[in-house]
Amino acid sequence: MAAPFGGRGALYMTKEELIQPENRIYGKPALMNDTPMHYCPGCSHGVVHKLVAEVIEEMGIEEDTIAICPVGCAVFAYRYLDIDWIEASHGRAPACASSVKRLWPKKLVFTYQGDGDMACIGTGEAIHAMNRGENIAMIFINNAIYGMTGGQMAPTTLMGMKTATCPYGRQADLHGYPLHITDIAVNLEGTCYVTRQAVNTVANIRKTKKAIRQAFENSLNHKGCSVVEVVSTCASGWKKTPEQANQWMTENMFPYYPLGDLKNTNE
Amino acid sequence: MAKMRGAIVVDIERCKGCNLCTIACPLNLVTLSATVNHKGYNYAEQTDWEKCNGCTSCAIVCPDGCITVYRKKEE
Amino acid sequence: MDEQKKDYVLLKGNEVIAKAAIRYGYDGFFGYPITPQSEVLETLAVDKPWETTGMVVLQAESEVASINMLYGAGATGKLAFTSSSSPGIALMQEGISYMAACELPGVIVSVGRGGPGLGTIQPGQADYNQAVYGGGNGDYNLIVLAPNSVQEMADCMGKAKELTFKWRVPVMILSDGVIGQMMEKVELPPFTPRRTEEEIHQQCPWATNGMGLKGRKYNYHSSLEFDPLVMEDRNHKMAEKYRKIEAEEVDYDTYKADDAEYLIVAYGISSRVSMKTVDTLREQGVKVGMLRPKTLWPFPNRILNEKAENLKCILCVEQSEGQMIKDVRLAVEGQVPVYHTGRSGGMISSPADVVDAFKAMARENISKNWPKGYWIK
Repeated sequence: MAAPFGGRGALYMTKEELIQPENRIYGKPALMNDTPMHYCPGCSHGVVHKLVAEVIEEMGIEEDTIAICPVGCAVFAYRYLDIDWIEASHGRAPACASSVKRLWPKKLVFTYQGDGDMACIGTGEAIHAMNRGENIAMIFINNAIYGMTGGQMAPTTLMGMKTATCPYGRQADLHGYPLHITDIAVNLEGTCYVTRQAVNTVANIRKTKKAIRQAFENSLNHKGCSVVEVVSTCASGWKKTPEQANQWMTENMFPYYPLGDLKNTNE
Repeated sequence: MAKMRGAIVVDIERCKGCNLCTIACPLNLVTLSATVNHKGYNYAEQTDWEKCNGCTSCAIVCPDGCITVYRKKEE
Repeated sequence: MDEQKKDYVLLKGNEVIAKAAIRYGYDGFFGYPITPQSEVLETLAVDKPWETTGMVVLQAESEVASINMLYGAGATGKLAFTSSSSPGIALMQEGISYMAACELPGVIVSVGRGGPGLGTIQPGQADYNQAVYGGGNGDYNLIVLAPNSVQEMADCMGKAKELTFKWRVPVMILSDGVIGQMMEKVELPPFTPRRTEEEIHQQCPWATNGMGLKGRKYNYHSSLEFDPLVMEDRNHKMAEKYRKIEAEEVDYDTYKADDAEYLIVAYGISSRVSMKTVDTLREQGVKVGMLRPKTLWPFPNRILNEKAENLKCILCVEQSEGQMIKDVRLAVEGQVPVYHTGRSGGMISSPADVVDAFKAMARENISKNWPKGYWIK
């Protein structure tokens, strides 16, 4: 493309010269389609969806992936990523994934679940799938609240945290304590990789992507059950801006749900 | 002197104006527009593209995958 | 000579379910132990089909998990089944509704016991409503097969396999504790190989197994639809399919019914009891016959309606307080009175019980007291 003002073109690119397909270094992964996502502005789900798409693309396993989505905010995950999806009933994604993986042992099978799905209504299915050592990956979005139904208390809601169903704050005598399902997963013999990550900063997003890749490889290589918890924000449910939500998460969620690998039998 | 030059393209209609990209940009080159898209969101836009080095931070944090980053080394 | 080549064995109904599944090339079993059907999983565990045909066998943590495992299996185009008994089937209702909503194949074996609640572990037929009308939410139907012998347990596994893929509707085999537990001579089907992944890819383009994804749009199975117009459209399409099934798949059997003035309608173990009753009454010169629905849904409405023209009355024999009788009454459209007899809570009528009930009904009917009540003691 001809640069304006003759010789200056060699030194100073125009924006048009720069914005060319060969210079594209990052963008929406091809597996993520153009359907606008229903998630609220700033929702962590979008980032994790993107990471899942990127990892599947990088591994080149589009035709070898079966994904199971939950009931909750991610119920429509099947609309956004161009892979084969099964939408399971509330909490039963791990059961569904167990049979799928056993019947299709060469495929990557993963579930994508929220805290209500995995840590509340589907605790039984989640723990038993982990304990059987099903060769599946479980992506667990923990935002300490029920997002889709409008901000009610979740099993992972922090003590004192206000939600629609604990408007005066979570109290032990009324509501019990937050459930650390990922910590339970660590103690189960069937799990091979348990990690807790977040997607609030570029560095953390990169770590989460690495964790998802590890979990997916474990599923393909029959290493056992992998659990990737992503401590997430729910700006709408928490009644905060996305920026404030990230800050609140850093200050309140991370001390309670500290980030890092909790178990890795490959190491 | 070789210098990394970058630029972003925002999918304006997908953008929900969550503002995470403006916080993520280490050079403070992204801002929300004064005008709105069809959904009514103030969308992200680059203020000073000439300073952008294409670090991709804004695009990585974008939950909706609205930002495409282009980068080239300028000799 | 051929007779000798066949695989005749003496087996329990539950054992036959397991052995027939292996031979019909089922891909998987997912279930949870419950009396009186635990022999299904026990037999599979002993026979180890994963070493021969490659069939997957998994003891799930609950019936809720079992049915959702079946949901996953069906979604990927595999042929799987589960088996349970009354309270276990009750737990599965949500998953069954989801399978019906997503139009997924799958076979559910229900070996009924006395209810409600935990009920008893003795046989019962009080799950007719549960099977035919379902406890799951929404407009859906299951194809319900009702075997009345150990041989038919085996045959139903083959028929269910065919029907569930033909129509993409879950199929329930509604048996009862007697047929599940009793031993009879049975001819096992020959071995059919399981379908290869390539065959599944060819036969089930709707399956969510990733195969051929790059050459097609992605598949998904979901029962959720926020747009009521789209949801209504889905329901209309399913209803159309159900009307076709009703037209094509009704199956029934008759016994000495051609010249009958009285008809007994019974399925499952009650039909075995009632055959003896018919024989006894025929010896006494009563023109009585029996009609046995082999499919409870679709129900043999037309044949019952036609037969009703020449009947004096109908006796419905069920080991429950009377559930199928409502369908029989709907089918005959008031042409003749319909009565019920049977025991419940785990008790089974003897042929003599049914003879007594029949005689009481005949007297009642002649005295034109109908409809003062339909329950015959």
